[in-house]
Amino acid sequence: MRLDLGDAFAALIEWLQNNFEPVFDAITVTIGATITGLEEALLFLPSWVMIGLFTVLAWWVASRGVATFSLIGLTLLEDVEFALFGLEIAFGMGLWDFTMQTLALVATATLLSLLIGIPVGIWAAKNDVVDAIVRPILDFMQTMPAFVYLIPAVVLFGLGQVPGVIATFIFATPPCVRLTNLGIRQVSEEAIEAAKSFGSTPSQMLFKVELPMALPTILAGVNQTVLLALSMVVIAALIGAGGLGDPVVEGIQQLRIGVGFEGGLAIVILAIFLDRITQAAGEKAGSSTSQATA
Amino acid sequence: MAVIEADGVWKIFGGDPERARRLAVEEGLSKAEVKEETGSVIAVNDASFEVKEQEIFVVMGLSGSGKSTLLRCINRLIEPTFGTVRVHDEEVTAFDDDRLRQLRRTKMSMVFQNFGLFPHRSVIGNVEYGLEVAGIEKAERREKARRSLELVGLDGYEESQTSELSGGMQQRVGLARALVNDPEILLMDEAFSALDPLIRADMQNELLELQEQWDPACTILFITHDLDEALKMGDRIAIMKEGKIAQVGTPTEILTRPADEYVRSFVENVDRTKIVPARTVMRDLRDDETVAADGPSVSPHTPIAELLPILLDTDGLLAVRGSKGTLQGVVSQDAVMEEVVENADGTRRRDARAGRTDEDPEAAVA
Repeated sequence: MRLDLGDAFAALIEWLQNNFEPVFDAITVTIGATITGLEEALLFLPSWVMIGLFTVLAWWVASRGVATFSLIGLTLLEDVEFALFGLEIAFGMGLWDFTMQTLALVATATLLSLLIGIPVGIWAAKNDVVDAIVRPILDFMQTMPAFVYLIPAVVLFGLGQVPGVIATFIFATPPCVRLTNLGIRQVSEEAIEAAKSFGSTPSQMLFKVELPMALPTILAGVNQTVLLALSMVVIAALIGAGGLGDPVVEGIQQLRIGVGFEGGLAIVILAIFLDRITQAAGEKAGSSTSQATA
Repeated sequence: MAVIEADGVWKIFGGDPERARRLAVEEGLSKAEVKEETGSVIAVNDASFEVKEQEIFVVMGLSGSGKSTLLRCINRLIEPTFGTVRVHDEEVTAFDDDRLRQLRRTKMSMVFQNFGLFPHRSVIGNVEYGLEVAGIEKAERREKARRSLELVGLDGYEESQTSELSGGMQQRVGLARALVNDPEILLMDEAFSALDPLIRADMQNELLELQEQWDPACTILFITHDLDEALKMGDRIAIMKEGKIAQVGTPTEILTRPADEYVRSFVENVDRTKIVPARTVMRDLRDDETVAADGPSVSPHTPIAELLPILLDTDGLLAVRGSKGTLQGVVSQDAVMEEVVENADGTRRRDARAGRTDEDPEAAVA
C-alpha cells in the first residue's frame, strides 16, 4: 500500500468541507462582518479627518517625527488638489479607500492572531509538553509557502476577504505565540516566588505579575504580527481580498509598472506607520518594566 | 512555645527520593555519593528545629548548604519531600492550596535576596501587593502600605519607580512589603547579602530595632552565609552543612562549644568581643542594685568590645536599654571581662596550635 501524503491532505480538506460546512460558514460570517464593520468605520469620516486623527495618534504614542511622517505619507495616499497663486496643483496616489480596506483586513487578522496567539503562548510558557507540540506547528505555519494553503482556504471559506484573513492569520500568528511564550518564561524567578509567597492565586499571578512583566516582549510580538500580516496583502489580493494588493496585482498582470509601484509604495507607507506606532507602544510599556529581568 | 517546628524535613531533587534517603540514612553515603549512585540531589537532609516566639533564628551555611531550600520548605515555595512543618501547631505540610494561601497572606511573609520587586508597579504598588491579592479594599491597603513605608523610612517615595531606588532602598521596599500585613513570621532569605557592607550594617541594626519596637514582635527566620551577620542577628543559630544541620545554639554556644570540626573551623578566627552583643552577657538588675536613669546606657546589640571603655567610667554596672529607653538589664565589668578573657584564651590556644609562643595574654586581647 502506498501512503500518499498529498492525497491524504486533499481528502482531509474535502472531508472538512463536507462535514463541517456550518462551522466554516459561521466563521466566514463572523470574520466577514468584522472586516466590513471596520472598513465602514474607517471610511466613515472624510479622509482628511482620518489623516489628522492618525497624525495625532502617532504624535501621542510615538514622536513628532513619526507624526510628521504620518501626515506626509498618509496625505500622499490620498488625492490632493489645490490652487496656489492661480496654479492648479494635484498630487497623491488616490489609494485611500484601498488603504483603509487593507488596514481593516490587517487589523482583523491581527486581532484574530492575538486572540488565539496570546493564550496559546501563555499555555506553552506554563506547560513544556504544550510547548513541544506547538513549536513544530509554528515552524510549519511560518515556512509553508502561503500559496499552498491559499487554495484550501478558498475551498473552505470561499473567495474574498475571509480566506485572506485566514491565510494572513496562519502566516502572522507564530511570532505572537513565540514572544508571549518567551516573555512569560523570562519573568524573574524571584518575582514569581515573591508573588507566590504573598498568597497569589494562579490567575492573580498571571494577570498581576506575569503578563505585565512580559508585556514589552508580547508587544514586540504584536509588532511582528502586524508587519507579517501586511506582507500578506498582495497574496491575499490574489483570492479577491481587495485592498492595496489589487493595484500591485494589476501592475503585475497588465505590466503597468506605475500602478504596481504606487500600490507597493502605499503598502510601505502603511507598514512604516504601523511599525513605528506598535513599536513605540512596546517601548512605552517597557520603560516601566525593563528592569523585569534584572 | 514554638512558632515554627520543622520535623525531619528532607528535600531531594530528582531520581528516586526514597532510595536516596535510604542510602543516606542506612548506608551513610555523603551527598556526592548519593548523587553518583542515584542521580538524586539531597538539598535538605533530615532538618529538625524549632523557632520560638519572637526570636530571630538564623540558619547559616555556605552556598549550596541547602539553607535557602530549607527556608522555602517552611512556606512551601518548595515542597518538602519528607517531613513535616508546623506553624503554631498546625501542620502546614498538610494544608491544601487554599489554606496555604491564607497562611501566606496573613501570617507569613518573605524578603528576598535580590528583592524580588515588581518593576511594573510603583513603590506603594509593591508594598500593597499582599493586601491586594488578599482582597483588601483600596483605601485600607493604601493606608497600611503608607504606614509600612514609614516604618522602614521610605515615606515620600510612594509613587517612585522601584528602578529609581538604590539597592538598600529597594530592600526597604521589600521589607515594607513583607511587613504590610503584620505577619507573625518573617522569612528572610539572605535579605542583606546583596547590599554594600555599610548599608548592610545599617539594615541589620534597623531590623533589630524594628523587631524590638513591634508589639507583638515578629518571629524571624533569617538565612545568611555570613557568620558575622548570623552572630549579630541571631538569638539562636543553626549551622548547615551539606543539607544537614550541624549545630543549633546561641551565638555564645556556637562560639564556645562548637559541635564538630566543621563548626569549629568556621568560628575559629572570630574576634568574639566584636560580635557577641551586650544582651548575651547582661543580667537582670538585683534588688540591692540601682542604675542612674540618666547614666550611660547601651543597646542590647552593642558588641561587648565597645562596652569596656564605657564600663571603666562607671562604678561597675552599665544599663542596657531598648530603643524606647526601657531598662532590659545590666552588664557588669566582671561579666564583660570574663568574655574578653575567654576570647583571649581561645586566641591563645589557636596561636599555640599555629606554633606561636606569645605568652602575653594582654597582647592577645588587643
